[in-house]
Parts: sequence; structure tokens; C-alpha cells
Amino acid sequence: MRKQFVKTLEGLFLKEKKLFLLLGDIGVFGFRNIFRKYPDRCLNIGVMEQSSISFAAGLSKTNMIPVYHTIAPFMVERAYEQLKIDFGYQKLRGNFVSVGGSYDYTALGPTHHCPADINLISNIPNFQVIVPGTSSEFNQLFKQTYQNYFPKYFRLSSTENSESYNVEFGKANQVQKGKKATVIICGPTLNFVKSSLKNLDVNILYYTTVIPFDIKILEKNIKNSEKKIIIIEPFYSGALLNELSILQNKYPLLISSVSVPRKFINGYGFKKNLDDNFFNTKKILKLIKIILDK
Amino acid sequence: MLTKLSMENILNLIKKRIFYLSYKSQEGHVPSALSILDILWILYDQVLNLKLIKNKSLNREYFILSKGHGCLSLYAILEKKKFFKKNYLDNFCSKKSIFGGHPDSRKIPGVECSSGSLGHGFPFAVGIAYSNKVNKIKSRIYALIGDQEANEGSIWESFLLASSLKLNNLTCIIDNNKSSKSSIYMSKMSKKLEAFDWEAVEVDGHNHKQIKKALMFRGKNKPLVIIANTIKGKGGFFLENDNSWHHKALSHENYNKLLKKLVLK
Repeated sequence: MRKQFVKTLEGLFLKEKKLFLLLGDIGVFGFRNIFRKYPDRCLNIGVMEQSSISFAAGLSKTNMIPVYHTIAPFMVERAYEQLKIDFGYQKLRGNFVSVGGSYDYTALGPTHHCPADINLISNIPNFQVIVPGTSSEFNQLFKQTYQNYFPKYFRLSSTENSESYNVEFGKANQVQKGKKATVIICGPTLNFVKSSLKNLDVNILYYTTVIPFDIKILEKNIKNSEKKIIIIEPFYSGALLNELSILQNKYPLLISSVSVPRKFINGYGFKKNLDDNFFNTKKILKLIKIILDK
Repeated sequence: MLTKLSMENILNLIKKRIFYLSYKSQEGHVPSALSILDILWILYDQVLNLKLIKNKSLNREYFILSKGHGCLSLYAILEKKKFFKKNYLDNFCSKKSIFGGHPDSRKIPGVECSSGSLGHGFPFAVGIAYSNKVNKIKSRIYALIGDQEANEGSIWESFLLASSLKLNNLTCIIDNNKSSKSSIYMSKMSKKLEAFDWEAVEVDGHNHKQIKKALMFRGKNKPLVIIANTIKGKGGFFLENDNSWHHKALSHENYNKLLKKLVLK
């Protein structure tokens, strides 16, 4: 997805003169063409995340469109108050594109992990939260939204789904229809379960926009099926549950979630090992069958 | 140009307004507002092009109050300069007011940045200055921070950033009212900032001539910092240099005492 991020921006820089790229000393080589062609509209601002975000808000105040890119924990957790006050509270336009969400940098340890990013950003009013499942989906969603007058958080992932969808910002995709339950799948977790769910009589809703959450399509699905929801999300549980709470007041819902466990990950190794553990297809299927039998 | 006497009267009327708003609402950081009153008055009365600011012109100058808790002075001056109708400010800090204990850029005409949490407004100003520089807009950006605010790491990140970007369109005013003496005292700020490659000038933050001269100063290729030595609570008599008044409401008795002492000529 990072390669696509570079490609997308290179294309947009040609026509959008208000775009301004800020890098937290990562991806500088990748963006070398933008640095060469548009030296006045990009800056490797280094590792001063708090000031970088306030600085980006200053750019936005003058009608520029800042795009800030760094590693998720340093952007979201270290500079959370800057995102909250300078962008959320002031409702300024800005694009925050992270890498390393959850445990993409598995071997670098918990200092570089960030499974809390989606929950944290979702707690800032006015922020829009986007979790593409593929490079193509990132490209579509970024192009649809980068100019809008909201702050936006894009979570780039190191792994992608094998199949891309035509996605629309703020809308979920209906991947499958069924009667026994509704499975909500977010971003790059679709790959773990899609083929295994083919034989089950369940709805599958694929979300690439977390906030604003497409509640309409979900309500339509649960109206026509059993009131059981299973969420599969590649981060800590919470943000989606919060969105679902509106429906909980209207329907007797049974909700279960497969997400990243709330613990510091012990050990290093490869992302795939953790995916195989936390999003093990057999385990997920077993859980879904338990829910279906209830 | 106003005569010295009439300016003194105007400033006393503004002080009176600040005391009234704080007393009525039982809110506000009065001493922090008073330490910056002279600086803001000179800035808004003699330096900034207010017409461009009111019109939100792209080539306007910006003033960012990074120490947002000093906002009573800013509100009273914006009122005096007719950014909004006079009665608007009467409901300061009430439920439906647009004027809170910290300024909100989405509500108050003339306020460019919502501040309150320290260490945000200054890097915000650096961003504006950089944007204007690359877009070749020749207007100046002024930001005011408190000396204690300079305890924040983001302030020093931004000092580093602004000089590295050679932002000679940026003026940072440090309200050196010695608030930091209660924690980590920010002494020798001129030397510190010169070491960060800033142009530094030091002034008496209540001397109008010195303030104006510093605000009009233009360095060659560096950002400018004005260390304004001020008195916390200046002109508030018993409020002066007494930290217990930092965020304390004026009682009826104290409010009347202040009014009696403020003599309009």
C-alpha cells in the first residue's frame, strides 16, 4: 500500500497545487520524485511529531491540504492531543496516513506497535477513519476524500486482501447475503475468512470506512436476518462496537468480536505468525458456528 | 495617533472591562491577561492591518495567542476594535457564549487558532509562516507564548523548526511574566534562542515605545523572538506578582477595590 500511496500522491501533486507532504523521516526515498519536482510543497520534518501536526494545522489554516505520513504510534499516540485540538476541535482539513498499525512492524516490538490507533482516532469528533484492504482501495478512497474539509486518518497495512472492491467513502460493500447472522469485516482481514464463509448462510459486510460508519446497510441486513453480529477487525475492539450501540437500543443483538487482544505482544518474528494466531480461520469459523447455533 | 493620556484611559477602560467580565462570570485568568495587555494593544492598535484580518484576506497578518488563558485581554481588544458587537462579550463564559475561558477560532471573529492546551499555538503559527513563505505571501505572523509555556517540548521543536526553515516572517513574543519561576524557570531566553539561531530582542513588556520598535523589527534571514519582560497582573494592583490569583475569581469586595483604584483621567 505504501507504493500505491506514493503513486497516488505523485498523480495528485500534478493537478492539486494545494497539496503539501510532510514526512516524519520515513518514506523519504519513496517520495523522491515529489521532493525533486515540488521542493516547495514537501518537507521531511523529522521526528518532532507534536510540532509536525500543529505545523500541518497551520498549513491547513492557510488553505493548503497537508498530508502527514509517519509510523502509527508516533502519529496517533505520541501526538494525540495535537490531532484532537489542532485538527479535530478546529475541524481543519488534513490527511494523516500511517504505517505500522497494529503489529505490522512485528519484529520491532511494542514501541512500534499500534493496535489502539483506530479506537483512539475514533474518539476524536470530526475525524474520519479509513482502513483500506488493498492498494487499489486506498487509491480510490484517498482520491475521493483528500480535499474534503475534515481531518482524516488513513491506515496503510503491510498485508492486503487478494481481491479489491470498488469502494465508496462512508459506504460498506455487501459481499455476501445470508439469513443466520451478519459478519462485519474491516479492511485487510477479509482475506482471512472470505472463502471460508462462502458456505455459511450469513451476510458479509466489508467496511473500509470506519468513521463515518455505514449504519444504514447494517440495519438493512439485520432487519432481514437473525440479530447476530460478528465483527472481524484488525485492531483493538471498541470503535465498531461503539457505532453498533445505536442499533443495540433498537434490536436485541448478539454481538461477538474477533480482534487484536489487548496485551503487549511478547516476542518478535513475523506478522504472519501473529495473524495466524489472532485471525486463525479455523478458530473464527468455530466461533461463528457457535454464534449461529445460539 | 492617540495621545499618551487618552491611550492610558483606553487601557484603563479595557482593564475595567476585564475586571468586570471576570467578576461577573467568576472566571478568567486575570493576571495572565494583564501581563500581555500592553503588547496586544500596541499590536492591534499600531501594527496589524485590521481591515485585512476582518476580511480574512489571504495576505493578512496573523496573531496567534498560544497562551490561550490570557484571552480576556484579546477579547477586550477585539471588542474595542469592533471585531464584534459590544454586548456579545457580556456573556463571557456563560452557557451560550461564544467566549470561553480559552479562545475558539470557530466561534470568535478575529481569533485564528483555538488555544488553551499549551504548546499548540506556536507550532501552528510556524506552519502558517512556512505556508506564506512558500506561497510568497509577504505578511507577518505573530505568536505569543508564556515563559512557562516554554517548558513544553513542542515549543522547542518549533524553535528548532522555524530557524531551520529560516522563517524571517515570524515573530514570537514571549510574555516573560516569570510564571515559570513556580516550576522550571526559563531564564536567559535570549541566549537560548540565539543558540537556536533566532534573532532575539529583549524589551520592557509594558513600555509601548519598546514594544512597537520590537514588533516592527525585521531581521534578515531569521525568525525574531521578543522577550517581553512583564509583570503578571500588571495594573491590577494587589493582583500583581501574586500567583495565588492565577485562576481565582474576583470577589465583590476585590472587584470594587480594583474599580476604586483605576482612576480614569
